[in-house]
Amino acid sequence: MRAPIGPEVSAGDVLLSVEDVSLSFGGVKAVSNVSFDIRKGEIRAIIGPNGAGKTSMLNIINGFYHPQQGHITFRGKTRSKMQPHEAAYGGIARTFQNVALFRGMTALDNIMAGRTLKMHSNFFWQLLRHGPAMHEEVKHRQRVEEIIDFLKIQEIRRVPVGRLPYGLQKRVELGRALAMEPDLLLLDEPMAGMNLEEKEDMSRFVLDVNDHYGTTIALIEHDMGVVMDLSDRVVVLDHGIKIADGTPNEIKGNQAVIDAYLGVAH
Amino acid sequence: MFYREVGQYKTNYSADMSVMPLLQDRVGIGIILFIAVVIIPYFGNAFLIQAIMIPFLVFSLAAIGLNLLTGYTGLLSLGTGAFMGVGAYACYKLTTYFPDVNILIWIVASGFFSAAVGVVFGLPSLRIKGFYLAVATLAAQFFLSWCFIRQPWFYNYNASGAIEVPTRTLFGIPITGATASDSTRYYVVLGIVVAMTWLASNLVHGRIGRMWMAVRDMDLAAELIGIRLLRTKLLAFAVSSFYCGVAGALLVFQWYGSAEPAVFDVNLSFFILFMVIIGGLGSLTGSYLGAALIFILPIVLRYIPPHLGIPIRPATVDHIQYMIIGALIVLFLIVEPNGLARLWQIGKQKLRVWPFPY
Amino acid sequence: MHLIYQIFIDPFVQMGNAPDLLVQTLWEGLVAGVLYSLIALGFVLIFKASGVFNFAQGIMVVFAALTLVGFYEHGIPAYVALALTIAVMFGLAFAVERLMLRPLVNQPDIILFMATFGLTYFLIGFGELVFGGDPKVMIASQLGLPKGAVEFKMAGGFVSLQKIDIAAAIIASIMVAALAVFFQKTRVGRALRAVADSHKAALSVGISLEYIWVIVWFAAGLVALATGIMWGARSEVSFALEIIALKALPVLILGGFTSIPGAIIGGVIIGVGEKIGEFYWGPLLGSGIETWLAYVIALVFLLFRPQGLFGERIIERI
Repeated sequence: MRAPIGPEVSAGDVLLSVEDVSLSFGGVKAVSNVSFDIRKGEIRAIIGPNGAGKTSMLNIINGFYHPQQGHITFRGKTRSKMQPHEAAYGGIARTFQNVALFRGMTALDNIMAGRTLKMHSNFFWQLLRHGPAMHEEVKHRQRVEEIIDFLKIQEIRRVPVGRLPYGLQKRVELGRALAMEPDLLLLDEPMAGMNLEEKEDMSRFVLDVNDHYGTTIALIEHDMGVVMDLSDRVVVLDHGIKIADGTPNEIKGNQAVIDAYLGVAH
Repeated sequence: MFYREVGQYKTNYSADMSVMPLLQDRVGIGIILFIAVVIIPYFGNAFLIQAIMIPFLVFSLAAIGLNLLTGYTGLLSLGTGAFMGVGAYACYKLTTYFPDVNILIWIVASGFFSAAVGVVFGLPSLRIKGFYLAVATLAAQFFLSWCFIRQPWFYNYNASGAIEVPTRTLFGIPITGATASDSTRYYVVLGIVVAMTWLASNLVHGRIGRMWMAVRDMDLAAELIGIRLLRTKLLAFAVSSFYCGVAGALLVFQWYGSAEPAVFDVNLSFFILFMVIIGGLGSLTGSYLGAALIFILPIVLRYIPPHLGIPIRPATVDHIQYMIIGALIVLFLIVEPNGLARLWQIGKQKLRVWPFPY
Repeated sequence: MHLIYQIFIDPFVQMGNAPDLLVQTLWEGLVAGVLYSLIALGFVLIFKASGVFNFAQGIMVVFAALTLVGFYEHGIPAYVALALTIAVMFGLAFAVERLMLRPLVNQPDIILFMATFGLTYFLIGFGELVFGGDPKVMIASQLGLPKGAVEFKMAGGFVSLQKIDIAAAIIASIMVAALAVFFQKTRVGRALRAVADSHKAALSVGISLEYIWVIVWFAAGLVALATGIMWGARSEVSFALEIIALKALPVLILGGFTSIPGAIIGGVIIGVGEKIGEFYWGPLLGSGIETWLAYVIALVFLLFRPQGLFGERIIERI
């Protein structure tokens, strides 16, 4: 259980705010008039029953889907549309429900790929693999090795990720996202499909990322125990609408939330 | 036992990330280069050099080019023949306009023309993927083939429609044209191909190779880690076409000595694609292995049966060649989709643990 | 200025001056289009039912035609030769399923696509080995197909329609209608559509993939045979047909890969577009633009509508 929210967090600046965002696909309204914010340095959980629009919400923040209405303000800049690579350069990284690793590459290469946006040596030096290009490779390799140590995946560095078990793949994917040194890390069901031990490991990693690197985290998660333990604040979606927003304790007692999960007709 | 890595540990990152970290690999490459540079020209006869080694190297270069685009970046291209043609014709026009400039410079420069054309025909790749992109490259193939045949400017208004390679020299030694000797031409081709292979290897082991492979494996995720798709794809088209262009120029200037436009047709595109598939998509070694197999096969078919006393007509050789290649493609795709390169890796793995089975 | 006139005005003036030539060209385009559509139809059949893009469809056309003529030249009467060729096409479908499709089940589409390249080259080599590479004459009249032409006067000139072409258009329409009914109304047709959507799901409801695939490749083989007969009757039967068959790819791009009406409409658009382009604009550029015009049309089309006229929009979910 996290310490109760102290004054310095509630006074923390808003890092990202979602304002009155709506998204539809054809006739289906995935997200309707949702607004919430994420404060710098916090762990924000987005929860809700299946089909609530949680992944769509992350996709919007990422720049994957463009909402028909509303806008996102990130680090002071407001926009209604963002391209995925703009989000990446802006400091937003993410992991996916179905692991989106590059299957033809090793774990090390996947995480090194995450450093791409920090690598600038030009084509000429890349051709020679010498001088600035090599210097850069080594420098970024050092940073990647720190992440590998942090996630304890040293033995599987050179294994093609397609051959790794699911839990390790998720860790490599987390590593790739961390390699981008993001300000905001979006995790889409990071514990999905894991057993108790793996969940504890992953929870520890999420907390350490937040403590050690200071990264703000938004995560979608179904396991209530994890949500209660890890998050500072929670936003609850149901059928694309926000039905609650507050600390874990407040959410636990909220009748609308309980109804949504129990499937009470409304 | 022969291929043990144990004991070869690295103490810094740059050694660990070198392209050939294992001693055995370095020794192997050294031996191969020694054979290529010293043994073959000294001991080999004209037939070996002219009809086997030179074209093998040229096709390997083209296969590397196509592999960069299709194997590493995942963009299927059926326009390789046309891009090779652009290189060949560019070189021809350049050397007829500026006969005093060294031909080697023009051979390399022709790659840039090919790269430019490649980028133009690669622009659709922003919106089109997979099979559809293959059809777009077919448009490039047929359009460019038509240009080579129907636009007389390309072949200097020659009555025959073909281009003839003029004699050019380097330090007084003729390196193209009828007077150039086999060995000279072999060394030119060997030098260019080895250098360009080294450059390609550097590219694919670094940031650019990772970007290409990311686009191949999952382009949506690649975008999300900050890779700009259009630039990466166009770079792949540019570099790939550069390699194919130089290969085309070498094909005409160092092997055939002349060319009809029909050389750079869609069949050549398929030929190179088969080399890449059988050799292994996404492997530079595979490009060489595939070129060797597909190129050596018809030669074996043509010359071995008469030695064994079985008469065989040249036309039949062609037919059987097509059948065998077709069957090999299907066989490889079933048994080892990663081609000969993967078989080679498995072989090395066996060498690692020999004499134990695993 | 003169150039603008040449590109944008003159061709239309020419069209107006000699409407009989225009109609003739349109007819030629229509006929070529019908034949392209038939090849595209074979592609669509196989793609709809197995998700495999059968690059070898073109060579199957040539192969079927050659087999038919080959049997006839060995002294077998025309209709018996036809029946034997149908049996051969069935054998081919069976062999392809057993040796190529079954081992590659569940592989990504691009692998299967490349396997059909291998099949194409194998059939080219095999066909040339068995039948020889010389062009042959199709046994059109022996099969009861009409010869000669229908002429009618028009606007000071005349238009000539080959009877064989009319027959081709009619037979093609009948085949298309029959296939459309087959897919929509029959049980096997439904099973085919199920397999096209998802191999695994179809298996789990008890549809036998092997059985379906043999049927579908056999159907495509029949379409190829009909195409081969029609085409061979207009010109000769030779391996040059294989390259022409590549033209079916732009047709598929326009019409979509899974739509039977799309294949027809796409084929007609490409056929007519090509012939009109070649006849009226070709001389400006140097002739022979037919070799690439279809592809460029398809390419331009793709830039605006990547899924073709009738294809389904591809929505990628993450």
